[in-house]
Amino acid sequence: VTGYAQWLDLTCGALLVTAVVIVWRRRLSAIIATLALQGAALAALAAILAVHARDARLGVVAAGVLALRAVALPWLLGRALGASGPGSGGGPGSGADSGAGPGSGAGSGDRESRPLVNVTASLLAVAVLVLVAYAVSRPLTALRPSPAAAAIPVGIAVTLTGFFVLVTRRRAVSQLAGFLLMDNGITATGFLTTADAGLLVEFGVSLDVLLAVVVLRVLTSRMRDTFGDTDLDDLRELHD
Amino acid sequence: MITLLMIAPVAVPAAGAIAYLLAGWRPATAWLAPWCTALTLAAAIALAADRPGPRTALGGLLRADPLTEFMLIVIGSVGLLATAATPAWLRGEIAAGRATPATASRYSVLVQAFLAAMAIAVLAANLGVTWVAIEGTTIVTAFLVGQRRTKAAVEAAWKYVVICSAGIALALLGLLLLNAAAHAAAAGPGLDWARLAAVAPRLNPAVTRIAVALLIVGFGTKAGLAPLHAWLPDAHGQAPAPVSALMSGVLLSVAFCAILRVKAIADPAVGTGFARLLLAVLGLGSLLLAASLLIRQRDYKRMLAYSSIEHMGVIALGAAVGGPLALTAVLLHMLGHGLAKGSLFVSAGRMLQVTGTSRIDGVRSLAAKGPLLAGCAAAGVLALAGFPPFSVFASEIGIVRAGFAAGLGWATSIALALTLVIAAVLLGHTSRMLLGPDAGGGPATGHVTGQATGPFTGRGTGLPGGGAGLPGTGAELPGNGAGLPGNGAALPGNGAALAGNGAGLAPAVAALAACAALGVYAGPLTTLLHSAAGTLTGTP
Repeated sequence: VTGYAQWLDLTCGALLVTAVVIVWRRRLSAIIATLALQGAALAALAAILAVHARDARLGVVAAGVLALRAVALPWLLGRALGASGPGSGGGPGSGADSGAGPGSGAGSGDRESRPLVNVTASLLAVAVLVLVAYAVSRPLTALRPSPAAAAIPVGIAVTLTGFFVLVTRRRAVSQLAGFLLMDNGITATGFLTTADAGLLVEFGVSLDVLLAVVVLRVLTSRMRDTFGDTDLDDLRELHD
Repeated sequence: MITLLMIAPVAVPAAGAIAYLLAGWRPATAWLAPWCTALTLAAAIALAADRPGPRTALGGLLRADPLTEFMLIVIGSVGLLATAATPAWLRGEIAAGRATPATASRYSVLVQAFLAAMAIAVLAANLGVTWVAIEGTTIVTAFLVGQRRTKAAVEAAWKYVVICSAGIALALLGLLLLNAAAHAAAAGPGLDWARLAAVAPRLNPAVTRIAVALLIVGFGTKAGLAPLHAWLPDAHGQAPAPVSALMSGVLLSVAFCAILRVKAIADPAVGTGFARLLLAVLGLGSLLLAASLLIRQRDYKRMLAYSSIEHMGVIALGAAVGGPLALTAVLLHMLGHGLAKGSLFVSAGRMLQVTGTSRIDGVRSLAAKGPLLAGCAAAGVLALAGFPPFSVFASEIGIVRAGFAAGLGWATSIALALTLVIAAVLLGHTSRMLLGPDAGGGPATGHVTGQATGPFTGRGTGLPGGGAGLPGTGAELPGNGAGLPGNGAALPGNGAALAGNGAGLAPAVAALAACAALGVYAGPLTTLLHSAAGTLTGTP
């Protein structure tokens, strides 16, 4: 039993660490690789819970999570990056714009050049968000005390971190990464509350996430076609 | 038979989507969509006319109670309006070269899928399936919003998907927490909302409170409530006019229907005060935001979008008040607003095709150029502003009365003042568009409109609404000038658009007539409204 709790804590620690790394790194390809790692940790979490509960169905879900979050979604994100990378260099006007950013160096298309909040402040904000997550989820951990329930704040913290990344990043791919981070956190919370939401709902949610990412990926390439870049600073047509 | 009627609202549009996928959009298939929606509406009415009380189908996957039936009627009637206006709108777009038969086919497939997803959202017995369907509407409509592939359209589509998906992800977290609370309280209610409502008094209040807050903010995103409303004006402004009509008239209400279901579970679990406070704050916030941004609005489609935020604020306030009277009024408001706003978006789409601009100061003396179009727009705005005999008047009065009776006098007074401000602003903008002085004057031929646009750009700064004192004016003028070539390009299609005027606007006229008739005499709908409100308050 102690082995179970230790493995659980290890995977949840991996989830949180990968979330922090995503906030810390500025190279988009590194962010995507970390997301894949986090997806694998999420699948491991589901697998550990499946072994502990002797639940074959949860095992199938774990395999699905591995395929979707560790392989399919990072691959889609990588494709979006591959499509936007070379384009941003050749885009009229925008290439010079992002190249002028301080210290962006080579491969400006691969970098989150100008986040709204700089990296140090972001890391501090994430620390605060983790504290908030622990404070908010106190009733959740008290609902049914167990090693899994004790780890619920990690899921909430990853969700909040994802929301933070989504709000403060400017490049389309970084925002997408934030969205996926948020979604990983929600899925982790779902596993850790150990209450079954039903196979239909789980399948539907996964399908929706996959489709949303596909839609955003299509929009990224359209954005590159019309704006010449995927820097969301260029999105200034519509405002009041 | 009942099973068939319950499956029809999902299956008929799905079949329509497949038909369009196979056959494409052609003159022969142009009227397929309205027929599909008419069939859906008929099924909804037949379902409502059958004995009341909840019925399930497909092994408990679908459930129809009076609220579901009413929402299906809303989807069917506004859907009929939007799809009936579509053939004329698409012909206008194709004539103007902004669309091809291929885009028209894709458009038709997506609209049918959109209607099917909304029907699933209200028919699902499981809140999780409702969530999946509502997120599904985001994915389907994203391509409709970005259809024109211009900078503005792509930007609107991006914002729409990111904000709605993120917002509704919060609702998913709320659902999972609610599921955990239900699991701890009783064995296996899952996310079936009827069973959740049954075990609600035993749910852990602290966990339920977090879950309900997340669910209301999350579904509120999709319902266009502040603070996560930012997608709405962009998406409604950029989407094709009939799609704007559907999004504004139905989608917002469908998302709000999920909030009503959540509130019915929340009230016994954590007391009525919690959801009430949250909804009142969101509602007043939305009203305040709509009022402040409407005053200096320059685009008439965005003006209509902000008016939708206003009406969702009124609906949120009504839901906060709670009780049979307020909820009956809220449901009537959804239908009345859907019909009026839908017809206005259809008129706005025609206006855009005729004048070639969506700027308020680009449209002048429309009453002389196109009396029918101007009449539709005027009647629609009067309906939205809450003038009798339209049903919006009756439902707003109902919400205000219930608000004062329930001790929410302060919130209701603020809301009343804000709706009055918004009504004045809307009427001001519209009267300038319909009656404002036209430099060219005379009946519009394509030629005269083209000449008239020139003087307008100069005059714009002098007009009060042109914002002579606004900092944005300088930057605005170059944009105006750049708009001119586009204006000219739209002119060849002008004659065709004007010729088809009557045919294109008939659905808008019919919807306004229905809205007015509903305000005078709701007839058998009254029973349905009362029993739907009863489903939510637990007093059938």
